[in-house]
Amino acid sequence: MIEVQGLNKFYGDFQALKELDFTINKGEILGLLGPNGAGKTTTMRILTCFLQPSSGTIKVEKYNIFDHPLVIKKMIGYLPESAPLYGEMLVYDYLSYVAAMRGLDGGLMVRRINELVELCGLKEVVHKAIHELSKGYKQRVGLAHAMMGDPEILVLDEPTSGLDPNQIVEIRQLIKEIGKEKTVVFSTHILSEAEATCDRVVIINRGAIVADGATERLASEFGGGAVVDVTLRSPDAQLVTSELRQVAGVERLEELSDTGENLVKMAIFSNEDDDIRPALYRVIREQGWDLLDFHRRSETLENVFAQLTREN
Amino acid sequence: MSGTLTVFRKELRGFFFSPIAYIVITTFLLLSGWFFFSTFFLYNQAELRNFFSQLPIIFAFIVPAVTMRLFSEELNSGSFELLSTLPITDFSIVMGKFMAALIFIALMLLPTISYAFSAALLGDLDWGPVFGGYFGALLLAGAYAGIGLLASSLTKNQIVAFIVGMAICFILTIFDRMLIFVPESVLSVFAYLGSTTHFQNISRGIIDTRDLLYFLSIMFLALYATTFVLKEKR
Repeated sequence: MIEVQGLNKFYGDFQALKELDFTINKGEILGLLGPNGAGKTTTMRILTCFLQPSSGTIKVEKYNIFDHPLVIKKMIGYLPESAPLYGEMLVYDYLSYVAAMRGLDGGLMVRRINELVELCGLKEVVHKAIHELSKGYKQRVGLAHAMMGDPEILVLDEPTSGLDPNQIVEIRQLIKEIGKEKTVVFSTHILSEAEATCDRVVIINRGAIVADGATERLASEFGGGAVVDVTLRSPDAQLVTSELRQVAGVERLEELSDTGENLVKMAIFSNEDDDIRPALYRVIREQGWDLLDFHRRSETLENVFAQLTREN
Repeated sequence: MSGTLTVFRKELRGFFFSPIAYIVITTFLLLSGWFFFSTFFLYNQAELRNFFSQLPIIFAFIVPAVTMRLFSEELNSGSFELLSTLPITDFSIVMGKFMAALIFIALMLLPTISYAFSAALLGDLDWGPVFGGYFGALLLAGAYAGIGLLASSLTKNQIVAFIVGMAICFILTIFDRMLIFVPESVLSVFAYLGSTTHFQNISRGIIDTRDLLYFLSIMFLALYATTFVLKEKR
């Protein structure tokens, strides 16, 4: 549905985007991931026809951003980061202004506004000025703004930033709900969020794509293997490290913290799919160390992200 | 087109939600009223010529104050990003805001019609120049509003927008009086550039296409340049 082709963007000498190429399929929830300043916002601004790329293009269905910006703007609902709305307007006035911009009027407009007020939980604040609202409510008004024209594509720039944990869960559910029918592109630097909501993830670092794939596939492809977290008590930390390293299947050990009182905490990485826990446990039992914590986790997107976006 | 109207309605309402609008209207009425009535009885003539002759210099200060926030505020708060990703072209946005400023100035001029009625009560008022004067005032306001809008699109800072807009309008206003510094060979070209003479012509009730063309081309150039500036910001 959306095709990004060879996108470059320069701000003066600084190259914000480097040859970005990816596609977004219809009905997909795509997470745009990357550290701060990676180019997520720039990409979204080009897609929503706010910025022009230095070279390359984006096509939405058969329209491209240079020749048919109006058609594309009609198809896209956009929530910029931190929702810069008109502070002095009342929420209701603002929504009817956006509705008029989207070509709605009369009964249709009132119905749509009521729908969105319901959906975004704005009932208590419709008659308040926007600058009086808390960050969470502002974000919801922004979301209502984005959804007003019932667009095919929703582009949300860090929709959950600055919200409290309850609101974050609500917004994520809302995104999932919308994503059942619409195409959603949203950016975040929180990985668990992408993991929880996206079908597919594109990871951007320093303006270039470093990974692109289904959420689960990325985790297994770049992660590979599992990690066992161990906390135990032993008088000799060095002995623990050297003994456990010899266990078959262990690739590397990472001592997490030295908390004193003979406490040893470490992450043990294995690159095979075999479970190394029985072997580890046998060694620990033989040595007579007190085992305090022992569990296995699979590599998360967190690790993938760290690996891919580290300086290299 | 409907986008232009929506922007127009929103901006016009926006004027009346902000205190600046009321300050500007009050200042304008105080200034123009004082300039007019302080000499009105001295001339002992039932005419508004004195009111209209002061208008260009007052407008040079007042109109940029009306237009200064139209783009600067949006650029500063970032709401321009929301506006320009709605299905509307830059030119429609510019036109909507321009029309709102122009109608606002027209509403600001409305109370001054009472000057005309006061004059008509006291003597035999010739209404021709009065209509001409208001028509000219709208053209002048349009030209200065265009310039003010251009200044506003150039910066995030409303004060800077005001000062730049005012400086350009002020230069256009006093241009006619500065012609002594211009060499005679190019005098006719430069004489055309000042706004005061064109305005005085129209406000005498003589509608000449040259004067009309002057104001319309300034409006067109300023609005076109504003659209261009917005495009270049991307």
